[in-house]
Amino acid sequence: MNALSMVENRLLRSDLPEFRTGDTVRVHVKIKEGEKERVQAFEGVCIRRHGDGTRASFTVRKVSFGIGVERIFALNSPTIDKIEVIQAGRVRQARIYYLRDLAGKAARIRPRT
Amino acid sequence: MPEGILGRKLGMTVIYLEDGRQVPVTVIDTKGNKVLGKRTESANGYTAVIIGFGEKKAKRANKPLLGFYTKHDLLDGEEGSQTVKQEIREFRIGAEALAGYEVGETFAGSKLFKSGDVIDVVGISKGRGFTGVMKRYHFKGSKASHGQHEYKRHGGSIAPNTYPAHVFKGKRMGGQHGNARTTLQNIKIVQVMEAEGLVLVKGGVPGPTGGFVRLQRAVKKQLA
Repeated sequence: MNALSMVENRLLRSDLPEFRTGDTVRVHVKIKEGEKERVQAFEGVCIRRHGDGTRASFTVRKVSFGIGVERIFALNSPTIDKIEVIQAGRVRQARIYYLRDLAGKAARIRPRT
Repeated sequence: MPEGILGRKLGMTVIYLEDGRQVPVTVIDTKGNKVLGKRTESANGYTAVIIGFGEKKAKRANKPLLGFYTKHDLLDGEEGSQTVKQEIREFRIGAEALAGYEVGETFAGSKLFKSGDVIDVVGISKGRGFTGVMKRYHFKGSKASHGQHEYKRHGGSIAPNTYPAHVFKGKRMGGQHGNARTTLQNIKIVQVMEAEGLVLVKGGVPGPTGGFVRLQRAVKKQLA
């Protein structure tokens, strides 16, 4: 399956930082509005990393005006301008869906050292 | 039959377009297509190009094939480890198109196709053996409840009684499913990787990974 991985490797992005579930990240996404292209940031906690290879994705959750918002990004998508890791968080699950049921102080995540 | 090329299915993956859209693609290896000969109006009564693809050791070739190869001096590779083409197919093309080919020439998908082209893909579908009507023709089967017994995957009645008093020809029943030549029409080429000799077509393609496929100009869709 060499040639297949050849196609895939070309698409993988090596310029993005490593981050895990529980980390707080800011994702800068390119957005097209008519003719203009601008970059919008989405900051929140990564609650899941999914799959690998070209199809890998991750979900970021934030609470915006009291409403929980989750956004799924394709990790290797060219629309991702950059990703910043704001804070590394220590969590014990790979998928921290329990965060959805928590709010305020309870929803804090201990920093990872 | 239109101009075309042979290839090997390498598998499927996902690629991204500029705007971030994901496209499912099948990667097809078209490296090493070789023109083995031509059929001409004067010699054969029709025009076609004979194309070979894939490699096997020359000692695995049968005598008629080896004879053809030595006669036209088409063997590949070094003395002692020579190879012949595994799959050999004819493509019926017009005399003008035929002039664009040279016997002995090796080419890949980029000779014929570019991204955005629409093609037909021919392959041998995966064999599923003798299957029932539910898998083969998507019949519904029967209810699992309400006292059903030993009838859950049957196709129901196959014909009325006194009239017409027989089962119509072509009645869909169980039988061999798959392992048959299958053509997909109007498949879009997403990308042609010239240096690697790969062609990426949108969606699936008949046959298993590693199977041979035939890519040819779309019969029904005219190129814009």
